[in-house]
Amino acid sequence: MSMRSPMSKVLGLGAAKQGSHHWWVQRVTSVALALLAPWFLLSLIALGDVSYASLTLWIAQPIHSVLLSLFVVVVTYHSQLGVQVVMEDYVANKGVRMVTLLIVNFALLLLAVIGVFSILRVALSVSPAIHIQMGLE
Amino acid sequence: MTQRERPLSPFMHYRWQYTNTLSILNRLTGLFMVLGLPLLVYWLAAAATSPESYEAALGFLNAPVIKLLLFFWLLSFYYHLFSGIRHLCWDMGWGFEKSVAQKTGWLVFVSAIVLTVLTWMCMSLHIYVNANGGLV
Repeated sequence: MSMRSPMSKVLGLGAAKQGSHHWWVQRVTSVALALLAPWFLLSLIALGDVSYASLTLWIAQPIHSVLLSLFVVVVTYHSQLGVQVVMEDYVANKGVRMVTLLIVNFALLLLAVIGVFSILRVALSVSPAIHIQMGLE
Repeated sequence: MTQRERPLSPFMHYRWQYTNTLSILNRLTGLFMVLGLPLLVYWLAAAATSPESYEAALGFLNAPVIKLLLFFWLLSFYYHLFSGIRHLCWDMGWGFEKSVAQKTGWLVFVSAIVLTVLTWMCMSLHIYVNANGGLV
Protein backbone atom coordinates (compact mmCIF):
# COMPACT_ATOMS: atom_id res chain seq x y z
CA MET A 1 0.00 0.00 0.00
CA SER A 2 1.37 3.37 -0.92
CA MET A 3 1.62 5.95 1.84
CA ARG A 4 1.51 8.85 -0.60
CA SER A 5 -1.54 11.04 -0.87
CA PRO A 6 -3.38 11.25 -4.23
CA MET A 7 -2.31 14.89 -4.52
CA SER A 8 1.35 14.00 -4.01
CA LYS A 9 1.07 11.29 -6.69
CA VAL A 10 -0.53 13.66 -9.18
CA LEU A 11 2.03 16.41 -8.64
CA GLY A 12 4.87 13.90 -8.92
CA LEU A 13 7.36 16.24 -7.28
CA GLY A 14 8.80 13.91 -4.63
CA ALA A 15 10.38 14.80 -1.30
CA ALA A 16 12.44 17.74 -2.61
CA LYS A 17 9.29 19.43 -4.03
CA GLN A 18 11.21 20.13 -7.23
CA GLY A 19 10.37 17.12 -9.36
CA SER A 20 12.77 16.73 -12.26
CA HIS A 21 13.12 20.49 -12.84
CA HIS A 22 16.77 20.74 -11.74
CA TRP A 23 17.74 17.66 -13.76
CA TRP A 24 15.91 18.96 -16.83
CA VAL A 25 17.37 22.49 -16.75
CA GLN A 26 20.85 20.99 -16.44
CA ARG A 27 20.20 19.07 -19.71
CA VAL A 28 18.74 22.09 -21.47
CA THR A 29 21.69 24.29 -20.52
CA SER A 30 24.12 21.53 -21.54
CA VAL A 31 22.60 21.36 -25.03
CA ALA A 32 22.87 25.15 -25.34
CA LEU A 33 26.49 25.04 -24.17
CA ALA A 34 27.36 22.20 -26.55
CA LEU A 35 26.65 24.78 -29.27
CA LEU A 36 27.77 28.04 -27.62
CA ALA A 37 31.05 26.88 -26.09
CA PRO A 38 32.55 25.43 -29.31
CA TRP A 39 31.38 28.60 -31.11
CA PHE A 40 33.26 30.74 -28.58
CA LEU A 41 36.41 28.61 -28.78
CA LEU A 42 36.37 28.47 -32.59
CA SER A 43 35.80 32.23 -32.77
CA LEU A 44 38.82 32.86 -30.55
CA ILE A 45 40.96 30.56 -32.70
CA ALA A 46 39.70 32.22 -35.88
CA LEU A 47 40.30 35.67 -34.41
CA GLY A 48 43.86 34.62 -33.65
CA ASP A 49 45.07 37.91 -32.29
CA VAL A 50 43.40 38.97 -29.06
CA SER A 51 44.77 42.51 -28.94
CA TYR A 52 42.51 45.20 -27.49
CA ALA A 53 41.53 46.55 -30.91
CA SER A 54 40.66 43.26 -32.55
CA LEU A 55 38.86 41.80 -29.52
CA THR A 56 36.69 44.87 -28.88
CA LEU A 57 35.82 45.12 -32.58
CA TRP A 58 34.89 41.45 -32.56
CA ILE A 59 32.71 41.75 -29.44
CA ALA A 60 31.04 44.89 -30.78
CA GLN A 61 29.51 43.10 -33.77
CA PRO A 62 25.87 42.60 -32.74
CA ILE A 63 25.71 38.85 -33.39
CA HIS A 64 28.86 38.34 -31.31
CA SER A 65 27.61 40.52 -28.42
CA VAL A 66 24.36 38.56 -28.29
CA LEU A 67 25.93 35.09 -28.51
CA LEU A 68 28.72 35.95 -26.08
CA SER A 69 26.20 37.31 -23.55
CA LEU A 70 24.14 34.14 -23.96
CA PHE A 71 27.27 32.07 -23.43
CA VAL A 72 28.17 33.92 -20.21
CA VAL A 73 24.62 33.60 -18.82
CA VAL A 74 24.18 29.93 -19.72
CA VAL A 75 27.68 28.89 -18.60
CA THR A 76 27.14 30.44 -15.14
CA TYR A 77 23.66 28.89 -14.87
CA HIS A 78 24.99 25.44 -15.84
CA SER A 79 27.87 25.89 -13.35
CA GLN A 80 25.44 26.77 -10.57
CA LEU A 81 23.38 23.63 -11.25
CA GLY A 82 26.49 21.44 -11.40
CA VAL A 83 28.09 22.80 -8.23
CA GLN A 84 24.78 22.37 -6.40
CA VAL A 85 24.54 18.66 -7.30
CA VAL A 86 28.13 18.03 -6.20
CA MET A 87 27.55 19.88 -2.91
CA GLU A 88 24.35 17.94 -2.25
CA ASP A 89 26.19 14.67 -2.86
CA TYR A 90 29.34 15.28 -0.84
CA VAL A 91 28.61 17.92 1.82
CA ALA A 92 26.61 16.09 4.49
CA ASN A 93 26.30 18.99 6.93
CA LYS A 94 23.18 20.96 6.00
CA GLY A 95 24.39 24.27 7.41
CA VAL A 96 27.79 24.11 5.70
CA ARG A 97 26.10 23.06 2.46
CA MET A 98 23.62 25.93 2.55
CA VAL A 99 26.26 28.57 3.30
CA THR A 100 28.61 27.21 0.60
CA LEU A 101 25.80 27.16 -1.95
CA LEU A 102 24.76 30.70 -1.07
CA ILE A 103 28.32 31.96 -1.54
CA VAL A 104 28.71 30.04 -4.83
CA ASN A 105 25.34 31.27 -6.11
CA PHE A 106 26.03 34.91 -5.25
CA ALA A 107 29.52 34.72 -6.78
CA LEU A 108 28.27 33.11 -10.00
CA LEU A 109 25.41 35.59 -10.37
CA LEU A 110 27.85 38.45 -9.83
CA LEU A 111 30.16 37.00 -12.51
CA ALA A 112 27.26 36.68 -14.95
CA VAL A 113 26.19 40.29 -14.43
CA ILE A 114 29.75 41.67 -14.69
CA GLY A 115 30.30 39.57 -17.83
CA VAL A 116 27.15 40.72 -19.63
CA PHE A 117 27.65 44.33 -18.51
CA SER A 118 31.22 44.29 -19.86
CA ILE A 119 30.10 42.88 -23.21
CA LEU A 120 27.37 45.53 -23.49
CA ARG A 121 29.80 48.29 -22.51
CA VAL A 122 32.22 47.24 -25.26
CA ALA A 123 29.41 46.76 -27.77
CA LEU A 124 27.86 50.15 -27.09
CA SER A 125 31.10 52.12 -26.90
CA VAL A 126 32.67 50.92 -30.14
CA SER A 127 31.19 53.20 -32.74
CA PRO A 128 29.50 51.67 -35.78
CA ALA A 129 31.54 54.14 -37.84
CA ILE A 130 34.67 52.17 -36.97
CA HIS A 131 33.05 49.03 -38.35
CA ILE A 132 32.29 50.77 -41.61
CA GLN A 133 35.86 52.09 -41.73
CA MET A 134 37.23 48.61 -41.13
CA GLY A 135 34.98 47.24 -43.87
CA LEU A 136 33.23 44.90 -41.41
CA GLU A 137 29.74 46.03 -42.28
CA MET B 1 33.13 -19.55 18.30
CA THR B 2 33.53 -18.25 14.76
CA GLN B 3 32.13 -14.97 13.55
CA ARG B 4 29.75 -15.43 10.65
CA GLU B 5 30.67 -13.43 7.55
CA ARG B 6 28.31 -10.47 7.41
CA PRO B 7 27.00 -9.09 4.11
CA LEU B 8 28.68 -5.87 2.99
CA SER B 9 26.95 -2.74 1.78
CA PRO B 10 27.38 -2.47 -2.02
CA PHE B 11 29.71 0.52 -1.82
CA MET B 12 32.12 -1.45 0.42
CA HIS B 13 33.04 -3.86 -2.35
CA TYR B 14 32.52 -1.59 -5.33
CA ARG B 15 35.49 -2.18 -7.60
CA TRP B 16 37.20 0.87 -9.07
CA GLN B 17 36.67 0.73 -12.81
CA TYR B 18 36.51 2.83 -15.95
CA THR B 19 32.80 3.69 -15.55
CA ASN B 20 33.15 5.51 -12.25
CA THR B 21 36.50 7.03 -13.27
CA LEU B 22 34.86 8.64 -16.32
CA SER B 23 31.90 9.79 -14.25
CA ILE B 24 34.06 11.36 -11.55
CA LEU B 25 36.24 13.01 -14.21
CA ASN B 26 33.12 14.63 -15.68
CA ARG B 27 32.38 16.23 -12.31
CA LEU B 28 36.00 17.19 -11.61
CA THR B 29 36.48 18.83 -15.01
CA GLY B 30 33.21 20.73 -14.52
CA LEU B 31 34.23 22.02 -11.10
CA PHE B 32 37.70 22.86 -12.37
CA MET B 33 36.24 24.94 -15.19
CA VAL B 34 34.04 26.87 -12.74
CA LEU B 35 37.30 28.07 -11.16
CA GLY B 36 38.20 29.53 -14.57
CA LEU B 37 35.02 31.62 -14.87
CA PRO B 38 36.37 34.55 -12.80
CA LEU B 39 39.29 34.75 -15.21
CA LEU B 40 37.00 34.82 -18.26
CA VAL B 41 34.94 37.60 -16.72
CA TYR B 42 38.08 39.49 -15.63
CA TRP B 43 39.28 39.37 -19.24
CA LEU B 44 35.93 40.73 -20.52
CA ALA B 45 35.75 43.39 -17.81
CA ALA B 46 39.30 44.54 -18.64
CA ALA B 47 38.33 44.86 -22.31
CA ALA B 48 35.38 47.00 -21.21
CA THR B 49 37.48 49.27 -19.00
CA SER B 50 40.38 50.67 -21.03
CA PRO B 51 43.16 49.63 -23.43
CA GLU B 52 45.65 49.99 -20.52
CA SER B 53 43.75 47.68 -18.19
CA TYR B 54 43.29 45.21 -21.05
CA GLU B 55 47.06 45.18 -21.64
CA ALA B 56 47.56 44.56 -17.91
CA ALA B 57 45.05 41.69 -18.04
CA LEU B 58 46.81 40.15 -21.06
CA GLY B 59 50.12 40.38 -19.18
CA PHE B 60 48.56 38.52 -16.28
CA LEU B 61 46.93 35.91 -18.55
CA ASN B 62 50.27 35.28 -20.28
CA ALA B 63 51.95 34.24 -17.03
CA PRO B 64 53.28 30.66 -17.27
CA VAL B 65 51.06 29.47 -14.40
CA ILE B 66 47.94 30.79 -16.12
CA LYS B 67 49.06 29.26 -19.43
CA LEU B 68 49.41 25.89 -17.73
CA LEU B 69 45.95 26.32 -16.21
CA LEU B 70 44.57 27.30 -19.63
CA PHE B 71 45.93 24.09 -21.10
CA PHE B 72 44.13 22.04 -18.46
CA TRP B 73 40.99 24.14 -18.83
CA LEU B 74 41.04 23.35 -22.53
CA LEU B 75 41.50 19.64 -21.81
CA SER B 76 38.69 19.80 -19.23
CA PHE B 77 36.47 21.61 -21.72
CA TYR B 78 36.82 18.95 -24.41
CA TYR B 79 36.47 16.13 -21.91
CA HIS B 80 33.38 17.65 -20.31
CA LEU B 81 31.86 18.39 -23.73
CA PHE B 82 32.28 14.85 -25.08
CA SER B 83 31.42 13.21 -21.78
CA GLY B 84 28.34 15.45 -21.57
CA ILE B 85 27.22 14.38 -25.05
CA ARG B 86 27.69 10.76 -23.93
CA HIS B 87 25.46 11.48 -20.94
CA LEU B 88 22.81 13.10 -23.14
CA CYS B 89 22.83 9.98 -25.35
CA TRP B 90 22.23 7.86 -22.26
CA ASP B 91 19.36 10.15 -21.28
CA MET B 92 17.77 9.27 -24.60
CA GLY B 93 18.34 5.59 -23.89
CA TRP B 94 21.23 5.07 -26.30
CA GLY B 95 24.58 3.43 -25.54
CA PHE B 96 23.91 1.55 -22.33
CA GLU B 97 25.18 -1.83 -23.63
CA LYS B 98 28.46 -2.73 -21.99
CA SER B 99 30.42 -2.96 -25.26
CA VAL B 100 29.05 0.37 -26.55
CA ALA B 101 29.58 2.17 -23.23
CA GLN B 102 33.16 0.95 -23.14
CA LYS B 103 33.81 2.16 -26.70
CA THR B 104 32.22 5.59 -26.17
CA GLY B 105 34.14 5.95 -22.91
CA TRP B 106 37.45 5.47 -24.70
CA LEU B 107 36.28 7.69 -27.55
CA VAL B 108 35.57 10.54 -25.10
CA PHE B 109 38.94 10.13 -23.42
CA VAL B 110 41.06 9.89 -26.57
CA SER B 111 39.27 12.58 -28.58
CA ALA B 112 39.54 15.02 -25.67
CA ILE B 113 43.32 14.58 -25.60
CA VAL B 114 43.71 14.73 -29.40
CA LEU B 115 41.56 17.85 -29.79
CA THR B 116 43.30 19.60 -26.90
CA VAL B 117 46.70 19.06 -28.51
CA LEU B 118 45.39 20.16 -31.93
CA THR B 119 43.77 23.30 -30.51
CA TRP B 120 46.86 24.16 -28.50
CA MET B 121 49.06 23.78 -31.58
CA CYS B 122 46.65 25.90 -33.60
CA MET B 123 46.71 28.69 -30.98
CA SER B 124 50.50 28.56 -30.61
CA LEU B 125 50.86 28.83 -34.37
CA HIS B 126 48.59 31.88 -34.40
CA ILE B 127 50.65 33.53 -31.67
CA TYR B 128 53.85 32.72 -33.56
CA VAL B 129 52.51 34.09 -36.85
CA ASN B 130 51.21 37.26 -35.20
CA ALA B 131 54.48 37.80 -33.37
CA ASN B 132 56.35 37.56 -36.69
CA GLY B 133 54.16 39.99 -38.56
CA GLY B 134 51.79 37.61 -40.34
CA LEU B 135 52.28 34.81 -42.83
CA VAL B 136 53.56 36.96 -45.67
